[in-house]
Amino acid sequence: MKLNVLYFAWVRERIGVASETVETDAGSINELLDELSAREERYAIAFSDRSVLRCAIDQTLVPFETSLANATEVAFFPPMTGG
Amino acid sequence: MSVNVQTDDFDLGAEVSKMASDPSVGAIVSFTGIVRDAAHSGLISLELECYPSMVEQALQSIEKNACDRWDLRGCKIIHRIGNLKLGEQIMMVATASPHRQDAFDAAEFLMDYLKSEAPFWKKEHFKDHATWVDARETDLQSLQRWQD
Repeated sequence: MKLNVLYFAWVRERIGVASETVETDAGSINELLDELSAREERYAIAFSDRSVLRCAIDQTLVPFETSLANATEVAFFPPMTGG
Repeated sequence: MSVNVQTDDFDLGAEVSKMASDPSVGAIVSFTGIVRDAAHSGLISLELECYPSMVEQALQSIEKNACDRWDLRGCKIIHRIGNLKLGEQIMMVATASPHRQDAFDAAEFLMDYLKSEAPFWKKEHFKDHATWVDARETDLQSLQRWQD
């Protein structure tokens, strides 16, 4: 499947792009993180500590165990710091 | 009930006045976040980034939860994005209710959820470097008090 993957804040800076299209067979967010980390070091570095990473599928916050079935957009970012 | 995400500044007084025009409103509570340099470390500006396609629905959902929980007659969230200088307004929430306790509690609830669940990120810019602001453990604890 093709996913539109977005990155924000320091995750975007470490990966070097704000968004990209990813072709993947990953079944869950965790599997997608593993797959990208194995592809290139910049992903491995950005995703090394998942406790400081958050994610959303189609604009909704979800845990890393969530299935990617029916997903079109996945976003990775640090814990939010608005307000 | 409305949310705005914008680069422009806002007029807190005007927002509060609009809420006060409802005759059932007896109490309005507002909070304003300001760019500050608490540690006197030479902060020049704050960069506010958001997830554009997610941010408004996240704020609306937080606002709806507050309206379900308290007797609110008005509720407004304005959050700025972009580069903000020291002393500039970052964001505001205002809640209007017939009763003060509802207005106070709802305003705190909105702020606690906004800090942890609305997709905004802050980067502090100094003269020769810039750093992303870390989320605070105390913000997460503040959130947990509403989850009983």
